[in-house]
Amino acid sequence: MTEPLVELRDLTVTFTGGPKPVAAVNGVDLTLAPGETVALIGESGSGKSVTLRQILRLNPERRSRVSGQVRVAGLDVLRLSGTELAAYRGAVASMIFQEPLLALDPVYTLGDQIVEAICRHEAVSREDARRRALDLFERVRIPSAARRLEAYPHEMSGGMRQRAMIALALACRPKLLLADEPTTALDATVQIQVLLLLRDLQREFGLSILFVTHDIGAAVEVADRMAVMYAGRIVEAADARTIVRAPRHPYTIGLLKSRAHGALQKGQRLETIPGSPPDLANLPPGCAFADRCFLAADACRTTPPAAEGLAAGHQVRCFRSADTAAALA
Amino acid sequence: MLAYIGRRVVYTVPIMLGVSLVCFALVHISPGDPLVSVLPADASEQLRLTMMRLYGFDRSYPEQFGLWLWRAVQGDLGTSIATGRAVATEVLRAAGNTLRLAALATVIGFVFGCLFGFVAGYFRDSWVDKLASLLSVIGVSVPHYWLGMVLVIVFSSQLGWLPATGAGPGGSSSWVWDWEHVSHMVLPAITMSVIPMGIIARTVRALVAEILAQEFVIGLKARGLNEVGVFAHVVKNAAPTALAVMGLQLGYLLGGSILIETVFSWPGTGFLLNAAIFQRDLPLLQGTILVLAMFFVLLNLAVDVVQTMLDPRIERG
Ligand SMILES: Nc1ncnc2c1ncn2[C@@H]1O[C@H](COP(=O)(O)OP(=O)(O)OP(=O)(O)O)[C@@H](O)[C@H]1O
Ligand code: SF4
Ligand SMILES: [Mg+2]
Repeated sequence: MTEPLVELRDLTVTFTGGPKPVAAVNGVDLTLAPGETVALIGESGSGKSVTLRQILRLNPERRSRVSGQVRVAGLDVLRLSGTELAAYRGAVASMIFQEPLLALDPVYTLGDQIVEAICRHEAVSREDARRRALDLFERVRIPSAARRLEAYPHEMSGGMRQRAMIALALACRPKLLLADEPTTALDATVQIQVLLLLRDLQREFGLSILFVTHDIGAAVEVADRMAVMYAGRIVEAADARTIVRAPRHPYTIGLLKSRAHGALQKGQRLETIPGSPPDLANLPPGCAFADRCFLAADACRTTPPAAEGLAAGHQVRCFRSADTAAALA
Repeated sequence: MLAYIGRRVVYTVPIMLGVSLVCFALVHISPGDPLVSVLPADASEQLRLTMMRLYGFDRSYPEQFGLWLWRAVQGDLGTSIATGRAVATEVLRAAGNTLRLAALATVIGFVFGCLFGFVAGYFRDSWVDKLASLLSVIGVSVPHYWLGMVLVIVFSSQLGWLPATGAGPGGSSSWVWDWEHVSHMVLPAITMSVIPMGIIARTVRALVAEILAQEFVIGLKARGLNEVGVFAHVVKNAAPTALAVMGLQLGYLLGGSILIETVFSWPGTGFLLNAAIFQRDLPLLQGTILVLAMFFVLLNLAVDVVQTMLDPRIERG
């Protein structure tokens, strides 16, 4: 097996800014091979964005406590110094956001923002950086690219903006692209175009992509593997097909069942499972899903279940994973 | 862009007309005989009527307004009743002095206001922020003529570092670029700068805090920009509003300097207005107000244009 590009080990992130500490991420283990695409799914508030941001150390450091390990391309991200961190962000790993209108500086043209990012990381002239920006705009298939480089973010449509954001994220040829719900804010037809574009670029650049989505259909389409998050933990991870066809965690089963007839229609958001996720400021000692789980037993409420390997690359955190297969039938 | 500027310039013409009408009306509505300061108490009715005709006070108001406006457009604001000199010359010399003082005060206020505002916005709720907020509250609420007197007592009377009054040595009111003249500006300019400093500090603090809370700042960090790189973006985002506030403050200082100019005997428009009011010198009063109002209108125009040029989010339609 090749050396993984990304390795998260027992990552925890606790926000300490409020009256009570909020345990947003509680021991996440995840690896990505070079060139692999992994989708993170789960209900709102399950810690997907916080996990993603921690890989770039974008969570507010003075108001959070972080433990565990984040290794990306051989770098120990949590121990990088300020200058090392700035050199890592954007060049090794970069990020695209849900709403590019909010994530781009409104008073700089898109071209200037890309040129700035390139010049920040590489010793190239502004003219060369400009040429590269134009090339990137063409690669993400923005029509009349030269003119669009001069545009401000608010002068573009949502789909074009997200393409520009992708171009910006790829400007310094990173190895890892983090995408936080890259298509949620877009129209259904544009969503598909952007997803297909991401998949093409992934092949072209040899990228690894870790992306967050609420759209299981999209995840199956694009991702090699899927990881299901609940209350700050990955409760099940497997290749995309296995997750959809043979899920073994009650939460994953609930997620899939709550979709109309289990049909994998694109553009459909996850329906909620009865009950609500636990208070992250006051997590139960046992399995965080116990209150909503149809298989919950007394043992589930005392200690959290550890990750268990069911088959190659299929991991699940549930005491009763042996019984779930039967429940599904 | 040029079309936008052209349209904005055309829009100011009716505003200027309205402003001149208000200037004229304000001065003429106020009660009292305009000739009282020039005529001896025992002047004959004959003399009074002659004088009235000479200054045009015997005509109807619309006639007086039309005539005054017509001459004003040609640069003739009439003659001062008290001194007999051309109002335009007096007002322009005074306006130059006021403008110079107000501009220096605005620059001082802008520089320090931005400094305090940026520090306070970056380190919100720290002691630096609280100190800066306290200073800006004091700056806005302290009566500035009082501050002016305190400064005069300390730096002129006690320490003897700076002159207390006037615009130049020996009461000269013309401007030369030398230390003698600059030193006369220091105390009034500092006194005058306190209010814009407080207002700009507050504005910039709020702006910086709002900008730093926006998601694009995280986006900038995700691209590998360091604090200096992010700061450049914060400045560019804050600049249009901060400069607009600065322009408006300059406008207020131009019009509101009567007290400070009186305290420091600064030969500016405030000083002139004060004299014109007490001597009931109608042509001088009218001319001064008109010139100040025009400055204000032009300044607003400049602020609008500059803001539109700097901020791509403003519609130029
Ligand atoms: N900067 C922060 N300070 C305090 N709490 C935070 C911060 N960022 C996130 N949280 C909390 O962490 C928890 C997880 O948030 P996160 O944004 O990761 O959820 P998510 O899985 O991305 O949900 P969604 O699908 O709605 O985007 C939430 O309860 C959120 O309120
Ligand atoms: S550990 Fe128990 S409560 Fe948790 S998901 Fe499994 S069966 Fe349900
Ligand atoms: Mg999220």
